[in-house]
Amino acid sequence: METFRILIVDDEDDFREAIMKRLRARKVEVAGANSGLQALEMLDNQDFDVVVLDVKMPGMDGIETLRAIKQKKPLVEVIMLTGHASVESGIQGMQLGAFDYVMKPVALDDLMDKLRQAYERRMLQLEYGRQNL
Amino acid sequence: MVDEKYRQFWWQITLTKILFSIIPLILLVLVLYFHFSDAYTTKVLEAIRTLAINRQGALDLFLEERIAQLVTLANTNSLAQLSNEDYLNRVFNVVQAASRSYIDIGVIDDKGDHLAYVGPYYSILKGVNYRNEPWFDAVLNSGVYISDVYLGFRKVPHFIIAVLVREKNRSWILRATIDSNVLENIVQAAHIGRSGDAYLVNRNNLLQTKPRFGGNLLEEPPGPDFSATVGLRMEEITTGADPALFAAVQIKTKRWVLVIREDPREPLAPLLRTKYLLGLLSLLGLSLIIIGSVYTTKKVLERLILSDLEKAKSDEVMLHESKMAALGKLAAGVAHEINNPLAVISEEAGWMKDLLQEEDVKASPHLQEFQESIKKIEYHANRVKKVTHRLLGFARRMEPTMEKVMVNAVLEECVGFLENEARYRNIAIEKKLAEDLPTTASDPSQLQQVFLNILNNAIDAIGKDGTITLKTFQDADNEQLVVQISDTGPGISRELLPKIFDPFFTTKEVGKGTGLGLSISHSIVEKLGGTMTVDSEVGHGTTFTIALPIK
Repeated sequence: METFRILIVDDEDDFREAIMKRLRARKVEVAGANSGLQALEMLDNQDFDVVVLDVKMPGMDGIETLRAIKQKKPLVEVIMLTGHASVESGIQGMQLGAFDYVMKPVALDDLMDKLRQAYERRMLQLEYGRQNL
Repeated sequence: MVDEKYRQFWWQITLTKILFSIIPLILLVLVLYFHFSDAYTTKVLEAIRTLAINRQGALDLFLEERIAQLVTLANTNSLAQLSNEDYLNRVFNVVQAASRSYIDIGVIDDKGDHLAYVGPYYSILKGVNYRNEPWFDAVLNSGVYISDVYLGFRKVPHFIIAVLVREKNRSWILRATIDSNVLENIVQAAHIGRSGDAYLVNRNNLLQTKPRFGGNLLEEPPGPDFSATVGLRMEEITTGADPALFAAVQIKTKRWVLVIREDPREPLAPLLRTKYLLGLLSLLGLSLIIIGSVYTTKKVLERLILSDLEKAKSDEVMLHESKMAALGKLAAGVAHEINNPLAVISEEAGWMKDLLQEEDVKASPHLQEFQESIKKIEYHANRVKKVTHRLLGFARRMEPTMEKVMVNAVLEECVGFLENEARYRNIAIEKKLAEDLPTTASDPSQLQQVFLNILNNAIDAIGKDGTITLKTFQDADNEQLVVQISDTGPGISRELLPKIFDPFFTTKEVGKGTGLGLSISHSIVEKLGGTMTVDSEVGHGTTFTIALPIK
């Protein structure tokens, strides 16, 4: 399976780095951003397949960032990472075009599954887009 | 204290109502009575007055007729004719035929000698000389004379009428004796009732006719002295226990006074009856007013207590909701703060686990220990996660929602909250949950509050050592989900049972319970379209049954 490129967006450095380390160990190409703004900047310069986006961040929060991402690159898949066990913010995210949501603390295997699914959808959509060109 | 407030209120309203109803009633009764009394008394007085004037007229008429008769007789016959006793007798018979009131008739010359006499006392009176009698001078002076009643030579009550006749140069007198019974008959026709009386007095206040009750002729009458009356006089005089109404009227032809006495109680008896009737009616009205006031006040108060209770209930539900909202925010904050470091901890532990897969670490003699340690970290991190997620779940409940709810799952979650508490107190929680229970549309967080409240109460009721049984099932019609929560606590007495859903009702010590939990739970369940009932037996425990509609 080809490697896919992940962007982790979370203001909690330790958490972000631990996740990144673990994903890298699973042969995933992964980058990190500590804020929504930084994430958008990075998206301008690099291509990512899936963005994992924390809902609750200082400054630009997850939902706002999601809107901006979807405006900029509609085909980038986003998985919301929520600290609340709130179905609402997850659902709100999905209404705005997120692929799915997971709750913190997250079992890495679950996250991997979701990432894979999101990647597959992106691939399908890219394929579809190419065919229609 | 609350009862005291209501009792005071009850008195205030009742007394005010009674007072304001009674005042007009009493005024009405008094005004009616006095008007009626006035009108009736006037009427009665008027009747007596009319009677007095009427009798006076009758007496005057009688006396004037007699005088006129005698004057006519004297002037149409000569002295010579009348001195003949046979002639006089004939004339007397004619006069007597018209009126049987004459006793005798006599002709007297100016010396006082009886010239002729016709009557029953011929032998006694024929030879009598009247020159020294007081009336003899009076008739010579005034021409016509009516005497007072006197007994005379015959000791029979009578009075005389004498007229003086001047014929050429000599005067003579025609004198007739009149039976005073006739006067008595005229006078006696005046009394009205059974105890009424009527009599004549002369100017010396001596009786001229015999009254019906007490008193003899020519003595003073039993009543007060009216002999000086001029015209008409009415007076109410109470002697002893008996009130008496007097009407006195002066006779025109003679200085006599007709006195009519009535017992006012007799003609005024209808007035007295009216007095009693009015009294009775006002008493009846009074009792109706009192009964009515008491009844309506009771109704008003009942309604008031009910609405007070309802208001207290809704106030407390609101207070409770805002309290829960604040608590929810706090819980969310705390959970979130714990959640983030927890995420880091579990990720770091995960990373360590990943690293243990590496070759060189595998050779470590403590590999087993590391693995064990990490597993424990992960296990306990997971425990904390459960707690924080539960807290967040609790925080999320603030807005009422309607979603598909698995009642069993909600119950399990509640039990999860209280398991530890129950374990410390050695309380077993038995679950008999129907596995095929359908879902229903409801508010899971509110249901959770209700269940938690009942479970908390159950734990408090048991105290130590006991069993709480949770049971869920579908009712027979498949229209309702039923949740039963039973405890083996001391139970609730029959008297208290109907009150337990009232706001502020609590069996817990002061300060321990607000008495609101069950009342709020009850209103929550009703809001969700269900019912909440309680069953309890002292010594055996209590069972709460919540039925929710399947939607």
